[in-house]
Amino acid sequence: MNSIPWQDVPLSWYLLLSAALFALGVVGFLIKRNLITVFMSIELMLNAVNLSFVTFAHQWGAVKGQIFVFFVMMVAAAEAAVGLAIIIAIFRVRATLAVDRIDLMKL
Amino acid sequence: MHLILFVVFAGFCLAGAINLLLQSHPINSALSLIVVMTSLAVLYLLLGAEFLAAAQVIVYAGAIMVLFTFVVMLLNADREERTLGSRAARAVGFPAVVAILAVLATLILHLQGVGTASIGQGLTNVKGSTNIEELSAVLFTKLLLPFEVTSVLILIAILGAVALARHGHGEDQGSGVRDQGSAIAFAASGNRIPESPQGSEGRQAAK
Repeated sequence: MNSIPWQDVPLSWYLLLSAALFALGVVGFLIKRNLITVFMSIELMLNAVNLSFVTFAHQWGAVKGQIFVFFVMMVAAAEAAVGLAIIIAIFRVRATLAVDRIDLMKL
Repeated sequence: MHLILFVVFAGFCLAGAINLLLQSHPINSALSLIVVMTSLAVLYLLLGAEFLAAAQVIVYAGAIMVLFTFVVMLLNADREERTLGSRAARAVGFPAVVAILAVLATLILHLQGVGTASIGQGLTNVKGSTNIEELSAVLFTKLLLPFEVTSVLILIAILGAVALARHGHGEDQGSGVRDQGSAIAFAASGNRIPESPQGSEGRQAAK
C-alpha cells in the first residue's frame, strides 16, 4: 500500500455525508406533497443510516454493523412492498396521491 | 484515489438527494433516488463492504426502485401541486431539521479517535479472508435465528402486499365505505377514459 496520507478520507466525512443525507430525507418528508415521493424520502433516510452503520463497522472492524445493514435492507424491502401496496389501495379508494387530500384520520 | 472517489460519489449522493427534493414529478424523484443508492454502493465499496455494495445495487437500486417506478407508472402519478405544507411542518419541522443537523455535525466534528479509510482496507486484517466469508460466518452461526425470522417476515410482507393490493371482488358486499370507495375509483377511472386509448380498450374488454 503506497497510500499517501492526504489520500485517506477521514471517517467523519462519511458521517457528515450520512447526516446531510438524513436531513435531506427529513426535509423531503416534510415538503413533498406526493405520497410516493414522501415514501422515497423515508427510503433516503434509511440509506443515510445504513451509511453510518457501514462507517462505524469500518471504524471498529466489527462485522455486526454490516450484518445489521443487511437486516435493514431486508426489512426495507418488506416495508417497500407493503407500503406501496397500501399506496395502491389508498389510490383505489381516494383516486389521489396528494397527501393534503388524504386526511381521513386528521383531527 | 480514495479521496477523489469519495468526493465524486458523495457529490453524486448529495446532488441526487437535492434533485429528489426539487423535482416535482415523481418519476424524476425516483430516478434521482436511484443515483443516490448507486453512489452509496460505491461508498460502501470504499469502506470495504463488498457484499453490502452488491446487495445495495441488487436490492435497493434494482428491486425496490423498480417497484417504486412501477407504482409511479401504474398509478399515473402526475405533477404534484406545490403547497406550503402543513403549519406544523413549518413551525416545528424545519427548525428541528436544522437543529438535528447542527448537533450531528458538531458531534461528528468533535469525535475523537475516528480513523481514516484508505482504499483496499477491508473489514479486518485477516489474510485470505474475504468480506462475504466474515459476514456469513457470523450470519449463519450466531445470528441464524434472526436470519430465519427475516425470511418469515419477508413471506408475511409478500402475503400482506398481495392481500392489500388485489381487487376485492369477493368483498363487495362488505362495508359501505368500501362500496363507496370503489365507486369513487370507478368514477375517477371513468373520467380518465377519454384521455387515454388504453382506458377505452380496458372498458371494451370489461364489457
